[in-house]
Amino acid sequence: MTHTFYITTAYAVTAIVTLCLIFWVWLDGRARQKELAELEASGIRRRSAQTKPEPAPGGQA
Amino acid sequence: MSESLAITKFSDLANPTRFLALAARILPWMAAVTAILFAVGLYMSFSTEGDYQQGQTVKIMYIHVPAAWLSMMCYTVMALSAIGTLVWRHPLADVSHKAAAPLGAAFTLIALATGSLWGKPMWGTWWVWDARLTSVFILFLMYLGLIALNRAMDDPSRAARVSAILILVGFVNIPIMKFSVDWWNTLHQPASVIRMGGSTIDAEFLWPLLVMALAFTLLFFTLHVMAMRNEIWRRRVTAQRRMAARLAGRDNVR
Repeated sequence: MTHTFYITTAYAVTAIVTLCLIFWVWLDGRARQKELAELEASGIRRRSAQTKPEPAPGGQA
Repeated sequence: MSESLAITKFSDLANPTRFLALAARILPWMAAVTAILFAVGLYMSFSTEGDYQQGQTVKIMYIHVPAAWLSMMCYTVMALSAIGTLVWRHPLADVSHKAAAPLGAAFTLIALATGSLWGKPMWGTWWVWDARLTSVFILFLMYLGLIALNRAMDDPSRAARVSAILILVGFVNIPIMKFSVDWWNTLHQPASVIRMGGSTIDAEFLWPLLVMALAFTLLFFTLHVMAMRNEIWRRRVTAQRRMAARLAGRDNVR
């Protein structure tokens, strides 16, 4: 085996692990965004994102 | 006065909603700078000459050393976050150390694999159980253990507290790893970049190494911010599903 084999394999392993990591994080983000969008579409929102009811006219502030 | 302003700014950032807004703004820039640094670093790495002793295998150093450095830095980030979990009970600190564990495991795996591929032609062996290699392998196992622990527990805040204690106990391995080459007689060489008396590496090799180290570090922070954002979204999905189930249950009772 020549040194080229060791250098190429080292860079290939690094590229594969790094790219897998990037894609995994990216795909995870997309899946979570999709889930949040589905919940939003079915009318389920975070309490802080829900619109507050209007106060009754003439009622106390 | 300025100190209290800095604390206010930091606590503003520690709000998950503000963190998400900041992440959306800075992530494209971080990703772009990381890509540029990798392009420059790889060009410099492959345009340098071989070492007079190690020949072209010195090129493995440009990926091995940054990965090894990140394996330690990632654990240090996790230890700081663990302090945030245990002292301030801050949910963003929980999210930070949970999101960093898989990244640390990946960079430690790269350090182990590239080190082995560098060791075979230079030392004549793929692996030895010396202090440096063994402590890095233990670090890799600790990352895997923390990932498993976080996935095994349903309650994220309880999992975070248990993980935080384990992370802080395991932090003892970091100085052992760093100074193993000085304290014991190892096959692995002693420190040659960050050491008392300055670097012993020729500028020809030092510059590509520093650019690659910067690229890897920025890659880690970009992925860490992305993984933290994903974890915040995951917790929001869980909370909203629980709320929907509670509302459905109440409607059924009526």
